[in-house]
Amino acid sequence: MNDILMHLVLVADATVRMSTPLILAALAGLCSERAAVIDIGLEGKMLGGAFVAGTVSYMTGSVWLGLMAAIVASVLLALLHGFACITHRGNQVVSGMAINIVVAGLAPTLGHALFHINGDTPSLPASARFMSITLPGADFFRDVPLLGPLYSELISGHNLLTYLTFALIPFVAWMLYKTRFGLRLRAVGENPEAVDTAGISVEWLRYRAVMIAGVLCGIAGASLSTALGASFIRDMTAGKGYLALAAMIFGKWKPKLTVIACLLFAFTDALQARLQGVELPIVGEIPVQFIIMLPYVMTVILLAGFVGKVVAPKADGIPYVKER
Amino acid sequence: MAQSKLPGWVNAGLIPALNLLTAFFVSGLVILAMGENPIDAFGYLIYGAFGYEQAIGYTLFYATNFVFTGLAVAVAFHCYLFNIGGEGQAYIGGLGIGLVCLYLGDLPFWAILPLTVIGGALFGAAWAAIPAYLQAKRGSHIVITTIMFNFIGSSVMTFLLVEWLKKPGSQLPETSHFPDQTWMPKMWELAEKFGIKMAHSPLNLSLIIALLCCVGVWFFIWRTRWGYEMRAVGRNPDAAVYGGISPAKSIMIAMLISGGLAGLVGLNELMGVQHRVIINFTNGYGFVGIAIALMGRNHPVGIFFAALLMGALFQGGSEVAFEMPNITRDMIWTIQGFVILFTGALEHMYRSRLEKIFIRKDAEGTV
Repeated sequence: MNDILMHLVLVADATVRMSTPLILAALAGLCSERAAVIDIGLEGKMLGGAFVAGTVSYMTGSVWLGLMAAIVASVLLALLHGFACITHRGNQVVSGMAINIVVAGLAPTLGHALFHINGDTPSLPASARFMSITLPGADFFRDVPLLGPLYSELISGHNLLTYLTFALIPFVAWMLYKTRFGLRLRAVGENPEAVDTAGISVEWLRYRAVMIAGVLCGIAGASLSTALGASFIRDMTAGKGYLALAAMIFGKWKPKLTVIACLLFAFTDALQARLQGVELPIVGEIPVQFIIMLPYVMTVILLAGFVGKVVAPKADGIPYVKER
Repeated sequence: MAQSKLPGWVNAGLIPALNLLTAFFVSGLVILAMGENPIDAFGYLIYGAFGYEQAIGYTLFYATNFVFTGLAVAVAFHCYLFNIGGEGQAYIGGLGIGLVCLYLGDLPFWAILPLTVIGGALFGAAWAAIPAYLQAKRGSHIVITTIMFNFIGSSVMTFLLVEWLKKPGSQLPETSHFPDQTWMPKMWELAEKFGIKMAHSPLNLSLIIALLCCVGVWFFIWRTRWGYEMRAVGRNPDAAVYGGISPAKSIMIAMLISGGLAGLVGLNELMGVQHRVIINFTNGYGFVGIAIALMGRNHPVGIFFAALLMGALFQGGSEVAFEMPNITRDMIWTIQGFVILFTGALEHMYRSRLEKIFIRKDAEGTV
């Protein structure tokens, strides 16, 4: 009995850990798309953030400088996206794809020029990473039945960015639904003409939304290379940006549902890591390639079957043309 | 967007050229930032792509792949569908081509060729079919589903190559070699038959097939009923429904043709050069198709020239990586990303300024 409980707790623990970049990226997509700017470039911004965080942390030895630099880099990419989509009303999907491809090429190119190890960064020493934090009393309560392992494994022992992420969820929801800025941001995604009529700049609002997405993606990237991993590895995002986007659609552009979808994806990912090489009853051992594709198949099935009626922000993807 | 009042040559020539130059300029800045001389780099690039006869052969060889994937993206785009799954469709299409060559390889080449074309197209189309169906019937976002199918396709192919199709006794995840008579004839071999000497390069008969596909796509999009319906759905699905057109049917047709075209990459890569199915032979060609279609304005003629340019970038890029140890082949992707950004997303950057210049001139002319 205790054994099964421990297994469940460990899977849940891995789920929470792996959901960190997904939740951040999905919230980024949410903020951007609520203001009607489609963001396929989550993947690229995250990868850029991961590279810059890894590089700066390694070179300075300070994980905080790494995090800051990752945020700056990601916001710059977000501004580029804004420049193309908001200022020049370009195709938002094309711009996002372009950013993904630029970063996928640029990160290993610069990585190679700096470190000469196949485009990756050297592995980071513990001082240049976000290490796991043991919450007070975790060791003391470990032996308490049920609650002990839950507290000491599931709640304690994560890195700072994971805690930050879970603190950001209610904050982003509060910002979107309870502040004047959030109201305007949502309005600009539904009915930009009305916002414009009220004398508020549609462009500047959308730029701010895109920059918030940049900040969140930067943290997500830093979490990949300096918290979950111990160095930057080429293509380390492995489609997480797209999974986050799918989670956002599955979550109907609402923070709570989106986070639940992210946890679901992270759970498949955690399960994936646990299932490798395990003999299952009836089916036997599943080939590793099929386990690896689990999250992707899951995404397609969820998008196809269980989303129900999807209501995107009304103006999503449509550039705003002010009448002259 | 209002009807453009710009002269045709500005629209089709000057604006794409300006956008492209901007992309190269920004790429040059990146090269400069890495401590290399961008002018030297572009010199190596041009020499590597066009400087000698063999280089031109390689450039055209890469261009052949890009014609297939570029046409694939363009066909879908005429129905306003973003097919980002060209990579996976080309990969699975290669499986179809490989299976034909491995299991029916005893047939003579004139019988093999149409069978492999059908095999590649069918498998590629099949891989596009599920995302297409989900878009048509359930409204699932095709950008995300096709990307997911790239990842799934990659896993499926690894599994098949490792577990089922691997050459007996080998450790490498690749199939046995195709029988000799299934190899696509190289251009220099064909030229030799006519007494013409050409430098040896992997350029092969697939280029001709790619050019035929260009003509076929042009005919399909602008001269057939299905093509018309597709464009109508792409422009305005509501109006198309009133015109008695089924958007779901058009989406399916557009995506199946798109996947089929992408599936033909294997003709060039596998039957032309590798002569076996290897892991990751698509090498990102599917993604390049997006840039090609954007640059070529979704028209077969434009796509051919865009493919030529990208082919030059791929071939010349190897030369740059060879001459400048600080720069790797990844730089090609960076340049490509900038090309997509400036010719695609920022295509209107110069438009308003040019409109001012040309329309003022026009007004002066009429006065």
